[in-house]
Amino acid sequence: MTRYILKRLVGMLVVVLIVLTIAFVIVRLAPGDPAALLLGPDATPEDAAELREKLGLNSPILVQYMAFLGNAVRGDLGNSLFFNRPVTEVLLARAEPTTFLALFSLLISLVIAVPIGIYAAYRRGSWLDQSAVSTAMLAASVPSFWTGLMFQRYLATEMGWFPASDYGGPDADFISRMGYLVLPSIVLGIVNSALILRFTRASMLDILGEDFVRTARSKGMSERRVVLRHALKNAAIPIITIIGLTFANLVSGAVVTERVFNLPGMGNLVVNAVLRRDYPVIQGTLIVVAVLYVLINLMVDLVYLLVDKRVRY
Amino acid sequence: MAAASALAEEPGFTRALLARRSVLAALCVFLLILAAVLLATWIAPADPAAMAVRQRLSPPGTGYLLGSDPYGRDVFSRLLFAGRVSLTVGAGVAMIASVGGILIGLVAGYFPRLDAPASRIIDAMMAFPDILLAIALVAILGGSIANVIIALSIVYTPRIARTVRASTLVIRELPYVEAARALGSSTPFILIQHILRNILSPIIVQATFIFAYAMLAEAGLSFLGVGIDPSTPSWGTMINEGRQYVDQAPFLIFFPGIAIAASVLCLQLIGDGLRDALDPRIARQL
Repeated sequence: MTRYILKRLVGMLVVVLIVLTIAFVIVRLAPGDPAALLLGPDATPEDAAELREKLGLNSPILVQYMAFLGNAVRGDLGNSLFFNRPVTEVLLARAEPTTFLALFSLLISLVIAVPIGIYAAYRRGSWLDQSAVSTAMLAASVPSFWTGLMFQRYLATEMGWFPASDYGGPDADFISRMGYLVLPSIVLGIVNSALILRFTRASMLDILGEDFVRTARSKGMSERRVVLRHALKNAAIPIITIIGLTFANLVSGAVVTERVFNLPGMGNLVVNAVLRRDYPVIQGTLIVVAVLYVLINLMVDLVYLLVDKRVRY
Repeated sequence: MAAASALAEEPGFTRALLARRSVLAALCVFLLILAAVLLATWIAPADPAAMAVRQRLSPPGTGYLLGSDPYGRDVFSRLLFAGRVSLTVGAGVAMIASVGGILIGLVAGYFPRLDAPASRIIDAMMAFPDILLAIALVAILGGSIANVIIALSIVYTPRIARTVRASTLVIRELPYVEAARALGSSTPFILIQHILRNILSPIIVQATFIFAYAMLAEAGLSFLGVGIDPSTPSWGTMINEGRQYVDQAPFLIFFPGIAIAASVLCLQLIGDGLRDALDPRIARQL
């Protein structure tokens, strides 16, 4: 098992290295001279040349790449051109709404999707199963920002049940800030639950067809016990996988949802960075999110070891 | 074309595909959308760019079938022309990502030495959430239709490559491939004739889903204002433009949203139908 964990860790490091390389290459492909961008339109060519020298932009690309890797490993993702502060600092300042939006919506989607998915699989082919499956497919077809705009228009602006947008003033306390996340989390939770529901239903169907479920039934075990004890326990692994996989979906969803509800999170930050041509911030966000994804999926794999005693590597 | 003829060879494929009413309905609706968008020049009641400022923000049904926008342009006509952009992006990405994914996946799956590096690169690419990577790529390439297609193709190619690699790994070990090798068939011939032909069905199914996801992603990019230049309307840009009028004229974002959702839903249903029809075990029951 130690060998397996070590192997996974090495594999993870390789993937992280490639992630960094891709992020480096993407930003290097950007048109324009980074030094001229930094200095703005009023700078003289001499100033730009001086700054290029200072930033090491005149050294060979390989040297720059090594320097970039070295800095990234030490947690230095460069400076934002717009804020003139370290990218890591800028990202951290925007992390709160994004983190809680992702957590709340994951929670909401699990609460909606797992019980319905289990029940739909158990009553396969019933009207409930069919409507659950078609609703999930419909929910996965509607753009999340559209759902967000509609909910905002009718539930917040018209009915006044939720704050329509923003994240409270600078002195709003934590609880009131979280209040602004309720409607965005519901929107993203519903969108995200479609995938989890389909996955839960599919893995539950597989398990319900297994021999041990038939044996449990023939022993006279109550249906409740068969489903909740035997089947659910074995369906847990695929369900944990999907939580790791939905992370990427949640981040993508958060980017647009933050824009709809004007939340000052990382998604809004990166969109503004694109409009401001603030490449270091774009690069930093890509790196942070991708590394998080890799780490979460590593943790998911390790949880397998704990949940399923059959998994031996 | 090769894909279509490969499908036609499957016994009972058409019957199995159309056996489910939902798939049949989805195909009909999608063809209807496609026809309306392709024939937009003839169907559209007005020039999509013609402004009539006096009739701005007219509600649906009052001289304008689906209302008019803040410049008095006909929403229905704009919807038809914007559909061209949205569907072109979806279809373009599905095609380019399939070709790229097939090339990378075949090479990674067939040549053991190239498998590890290719797979790690695929893993790394898939660690980036699709919208985020697309945003970064469009930021660098610039926001034209072609660049959005390129950016989204780069995002989705690894997803197809992963499927192709997995299927290739299985087929590579089958006796008939070994026999072909022993008979002296060239590697490209084996790759295309023996492997690619046998893994086409999962690729077609996945390409259908990628068509749908790419349409959603394009809408997302355009909504964020970092996608296609607003001068060429897509369904996403229409929603973005209608946003500020959402209180007075919610129909401005309502109809483009329905158009996206209907197309994506149809594509997903068709994808599900194709998957079942191409799976001999399920197709027999249909």
